[in-house]
Amino acid sequence: MSVLVYTESEQGTFKKTALEVASYAKAVAKQLNTTVTAVAINTEDTSALGNYGVDKVLSISNSQLDTFNAKTYADVLKQAAENESAKVVIVSSSADSKYLAPLLAVGLNAGYASNVVETPSNTSPFTVKRTAFTNKAFEITQINTNVKIIGVSNNSFGLVENNANASAEDFSPSISESGVTVQSVDKAADKVTIADAEIVVSAGRGLKGPENWGMIEELADVLGAATACSKPVSDLGWRPHSEHVGQTGKPVAANLYIAIGISGAIQHLAGINASKVKVVINTDAEAPFFKAADYGVVGDAFEVVPQLIEKLKAFKAQQ
Amino acid sequence: MKILVCISHVPDTTSKINFSDNNTKFDTNGVQFVINPNDEFGLTRAMWFKEKQGAHVTVVNVGGAETEPTMRKALAIGADAAIRVNTAATDGFSVAKQLANVINNGGFDLVIAGRESIDYNGGMVPGMIAGLISANFVSNCISLEVDGTSAKAVREIDGGKETVSTSLPLVIGGQKGLVEESDLRIPNMRGIMMARKKPLNVVEPIDTNAETTSVSFEKPIPKGAVTLVSPDNLDELVSLLHNEAKVI
Repeated sequence: MSVLVYTESEQGTFKKTALEVASYAKAVAKQLNTTVTAVAINTEDTSALGNYGVDKVLSISNSQLDTFNAKTYADVLKQAAENESAKVVIVSSSADSKYLAPLLAVGLNAGYASNVVETPSNTSPFTVKRTAFTNKAFEITQINTNVKIIGVSNNSFGLVENNANASAEDFSPSISESGVTVQSVDKAADKVTIADAEIVVSAGRGLKGPENWGMIEELADVLGAATACSKPVSDLGWRPHSEHVGQTGKPVAANLYIAIGISGAIQHLAGINASKVKVVINTDAEAPFFKAADYGVVGDAFEVVPQLIEKLKAFKAQQ
Repeated sequence: MKILVCISHVPDTTSKINFSDNNTKFDTNGVQFVINPNDEFGLTRAMWFKEKQGAHVTVVNVGGAETEPTMRKALAIGADAAIRVNTAATDGFSVAKQLANVINNGGFDLVIAGRESIDYNGGMVPGMIAGLISANFVSNCISLEVDGTSAKAVREIDGGKETVSTSLPLVIGGQKGLVEESDLRIPNMRGIMMARKKPLNVVEPIDTNAETTSVSFEKPIPKGAVTLVSPDNLDELVSLLHNEAKVI
């Protein structure tokens, strides 16, 4: 009857989103008067989950699961959910979790609500709040099935500490065949991704050309942030598509979003709206982004950004 | 190769979003509807398969008669036939079940759906279809090649991309990258004329349960006015972000 949570790891370490979904699972378990069981795949040390309220860990160690595969992983989670008689399964909003969740929903015949931003407002009927219309609105959704799957929106709940045992138990599910085989993975190892980032530094056409991105990357470095860009910039090929944020690009739900030389088209604002604090730096005081931002600087990016980098370096040095 | 492209009929990306009936319904007043952008990238890729590899392309939508102009546009872009499942698209799982039924009856080799619709953003229909019909599935697909029954696809992952090999029958959740923005087609007059003669078959829905129900909608709380900081006083910005916003 416990709440099951899939805690993703990378190279044996839990991702921040894993600790966030564990925190969320604990809050739901409290509402339902039950415990939290996490599923951890190829993660040797699972004790960190105890700090976030996980009572029990189904620890799976299997070299066939070294590479993520949505179908195989969904099947593993299905077996874990059945093993625990879980009525609620919680996943994150990472690309991998969003990939496997619909397959798991079919496997468990479960209703699935994605992009959920709060704990359930009611557990009977089971009611959650999620973003819709690309962050221009929220939808209150009722999940009617016996087993429910919740996809938690990144950075919406945060990390909440709760001491628990996180007692690890070996779990050996059967590994199913998948018709999709990973040939190669192309991923920058040392870069913060937009999905995982707490701070995102984003720039637009106001930067005038791709050769001017050095200061954007430096600002991101100082803040430990991910870099992003507006749609015109990716269409012009100044930056890769993977950095395009907005309605048809990636959604951003960061704690801090800094927009530099981006005017703020409605599609762009929709994509970044779930971010908590927004800062805009733009020469045009009439740019629509100023209506959506918390803090604004009317000024030339080529003067403001280098100064801001120096101020932030000084600030970081004092911390 | 028989391709099915799943089309969502969604408000244009510039639409103002409002709700009616005590915030329980999307207010369509003054809203222009379009092919869901993620689906349009897929449809355009399907046109490539049609022209280069002789594929037959059917488009499908689950919805009422009001979605037919959107389906005619897909036909004008070049799809060969259209199917409309005559029921309101109420929840992702039910829509996936309706589409799985269409696929089982139609014998499609490749199903191209958008990664998510820009209205409900559920992001679940393509994966659920794949689960229901036991086909292979690639989400966030940014490149797709098919050779006989083998396929090579690229999936966008957090911070990079992944190349996979798979085979038909295959379902993909597509997005920008399948084709570029500049590859998208505006229907020409000949296409629009031809679209009028192409079949748009209306089929009745199968019985499904609503696994989830949309109860109501809320709009975000309007933002307060922006706090402007002088470009000559960036220490203040750093201090506000640290002490007031507490984000650095």
